[in-house]
This record gives sequence, C-alpha cells and structure tokens, in this order.
Amino acid sequence: MAKAKDTVSRTLMVALVLSIVFSVVVSTAAVMLRPAQIQNQNLDIKTNILSAAGMLEPGASAQQIEEMFERFDVRLVDLDSGEFVEPSAVGVEDPMKYDMYKAASDPQMSTNIPASEDKAGIKRRPNVAKVYTLSENGELVRVVLPIHGYGLWSTLYGFISLEGNLNTIEGLGFYAHAETPGLGGEVDNPRWKQQWVGKEVYADSPSEPQIQLVKGGVGADARDKEHKVDALSGATLTSRGVQQLVNYWMGERGFATFLQKLREGEV
Amino acid sequence: MAGSSAKQVLFEPIFSNNPIALQILGICSALAVTTSMSVSIVMCLAVIAVTAFSNLAVSLVRTQIPGSIRIIVQMTIIASLVIVVDQILKAYAYEISKQLSVFVGLIITNCIVMGRAEGFAMNNPPLLSFLDGIGNGLGYSVILLFVAFFRELLGAGSLFGVSLLPVVNEGGWYVPNGLLLLPPSAFFIIGLAIWGLRVWKPEQVEEPDYKMSRHKAKEAF
Repeated sequence: MAKAKDTVSRTLMVALVLSIVFSVVVSTAAVMLRPAQIQNQNLDIKTNILSAAGMLEPGASAQQIEEMFERFDVRLVDLDSGEFVEPSAVGVEDPMKYDMYKAASDPQMSTNIPASEDKAGIKRRPNVAKVYTLSENGELVRVVLPIHGYGLWSTLYGFISLEGNLNTIEGLGFYAHAETPGLGGEVDNPRWKQQWVGKEVYADSPSEPQIQLVKGGVGADARDKEHKVDALSGATLTSRGVQQLVNYWMGERGFATFLQKLREGEV
Repeated sequence: MAGSSAKQVLFEPIFSNNPIALQILGICSALAVTTSMSVSIVMCLAVIAVTAFSNLAVSLVRTQIPGSIRIIVQMTIIASLVIVVDQILKAYAYEISKQLSVFVGLIITNCIVMGRAEGFAMNNPPLLSFLDGIGNGLGYSVILLFVAFFRELLGAGSLFGVSLLPVVNEGGWYVPNGLLLLPPSAFFIIGLAIWGLRVWKPEQVEEPDYKMSRHKAKEAF
C-alpha cells in the first residue's frame, strides 16, 4: 500500500472526481430515457382504461391502443356539483395531465371523508375526478370512471366502465394492488371480472348503489341477481373491500351526482 | 485468489462456489422476485449487468481508491449502475419493471455485488473482475431460476405465463399451491437446492461447529 493515495487531499480529490463522473452518468441516463418512460406510463394508463371497458384486444400494439383511446373524451368532473370543469380549474392545460390521486393528498384540492361514510377506506377524496367518455354519433355509449379503495393489505386502484344508460356495468378492472396472490389477487382473474359484465349498479334510487359480493355464487334464480357478483373464495376481506369501494364511488360521495346529471342531459 | 484463470472465475461461482447456495448471500431478492420466470430472468439480467460492470469499474480505479473511503466509493459506483439499470427497465420493459418495483433499486444492497467488488475486484485486473462479476451473477441466476421454476409451476400452474397445469379457477384440474406464491416457500426451495448441491459436491458441507459428546452420566431410576 503506497502512502501517497491515502492523504487527505488525495482522498477528497478521488471523492470529488468520482461524484462528478457518476452524477453525469446517472443524469444522462435519466434525461435520455425520460421520454420513453413517460410514453410507457401513459400507454399503461390507457391500456388499463381500455381493458376495463372491455375494448382491449389481446396483443394490441401500442399504436392500436393509442388509436382506440383517441375515441375517448377525457373530461374533469367536480364531484360535489357533478358538473364538468375546465382543466384550468385544477391548473393543467391537458386533462390527461391531471393526477387525481396526487390531488387527494393536497388539502386545497381534496375533501376529508367523515369516518362514518368512508366505506372505501381512503380518508380523503379529490374534489375533481378524471372521467373518460365515449360518444358515437353524438350519443353517449360508454363512461369509464376511476375507482379506488382499501382491500385487505393494500389500496386497489382500478376503473369501472358503464354503458350509455349509466347503470349497466360493462367491465371492471384493477391495475394496482397488493392483495394476496392466489386469493385476493384473483381480482385480476379474467373469469371473475367477466361476472361483472351486465350487472346493474342502481335499482330504484339513482344515488344508492346496490352492488353485493356474495358467497357461494349467484344462482340463476337468485333474488336481485343483477346486482350480485360471486365473491372471491378465500378472500373475504378483499371481496368486502371491492364491494365497498364500488358502492362508495357509485354513491353520493362518488360519481352518483355526476351520473345523474349526465343521465338527465344536464351536463 | 491471485492467478485464477478466466474460465475458473467465470464458472466456479455457478456450482462450486455459488453465492446463494454456499455463501448464502442475496437471499432477500431470491425470496421476493421468484414468483414468475419472466420476472426472475429480468432480475437476473439486471444483477449480472450490475455485478459485472461494478466489478469492472471498481477494478479499473482500484489503484487510485484511498483505503479510508473505499467502501463508499464502491457503493457510489454500484448505486449509480443500479439507477441506470432501473431507468433502462422503466423505459424498455415497463410491465416487468412494475412487477420488480423496489427490488431493482434494492440490488444496491445485494451483498453479492458489494462482496465481489470488495473481495475480488479490489485485488484483480479489470477483465478478470468483469468475468468474475458475470460468473457470480450467473450463479445467482441459476438458483433464482430454479426457485422460480418450481414456484411458478406449482403455485400458478404455468411457466413464463403459459399455462401448463390448467388450474381449477379456470376450469382445469390443478389446485395451485398458494404457499408457493408467498415468499416463505422460496426458503424451502433454496434449502432443498442447497441440500441437493451438497449431496452432489460433498466438499461444500461445512464442518459441524461442535459434536455432542456421548451421554455418560448415570441416571437415577
């Protein structure tokens, strides 16, 4: 061991050079790859929306996904009034850039949910939500709404897609969760998700969602079977979480006001 | 370790001196990412890349590194490489990087990487160190893929996402073993792998720390 390299000045020198070299390496990588990463993230969100709406064909290319998604209108909705708001109201130009989950942690842009009404276990709710509508020939045929809530271990984030009558479910899917693989994790099972198709959210009142996850399967002649979905076996708490969060978001504190206005053609 | 040949440093860590099976390093990620083959392969490639290039970089500057800050220098090199790998995955393998989530970042704390940098690259020339990194990465990969093979096959009835044993939930006959999808199962599989390896290569069996002496005391009836 040569003594020369252990002097204080030499040590500082090596530390400095090393820091500079590697900060350049790291920042170059981060800057160069940034566009590709943002593209991936956006594509991921679009894929999730299309998949909840049942419009995603297996093996669709990035371009097909983009084209398919183009048909949707991305709108922002004030959840209290149920009316559309301009993107500028939440300080963005492009509604796609608005992040409602980030807004939920900003006291200026979100509301506390009283514990008694916090069925979804999310504590705070953003004032403005991002919704995706699809119209054909001037007629509304599909609305995709973001939903989230607590299951057993984690918050589940997903989308629910409704038909033009704003009552019949067209699909549901979660894109982020950490439920037990094989049990609660079966929320990702396509066969289970298929059961949601054609179920009806509301019965008489347009603000009281009726979705129930029941044990033992839904028989062909079960009462209210249009509101019932077979719960996940071995995952009581995840199933309960899913039921609560769907009902929360379809209820008055969620999208009910907006859906009602949309149904009456007021917005 | 001086004088070891290129072939030796490349292939020895695979079975004879496996970082997971013999040195019991890098267990954490071996438990976490081995639920499916495709995720494991990406993790293996990431670890191979990081160990190889960090060994190379450390070895290149080994004569310049002052002894007092050598660990922090190695950490800086490793951490930077891990960030680069993470960024690349996010850009080109987004789906898999989402599944690997924090575990790519945690390669920094993988003892294999640090151990090779300090134990080998500090005293050996660049090319040999680079090969040593690849070799140890491969040794890690062999175990990881072995574990992932059983966990995915028995836990989910598929390999690389292709269904081989049709599971009951999808109308088949196979009832998947849920335990294999949870981290503890990797302990069992790694344990069995170590057992198998030591039966094959008995020189890896450690000397027992102590031996029970024969029971001599007379017992009362």
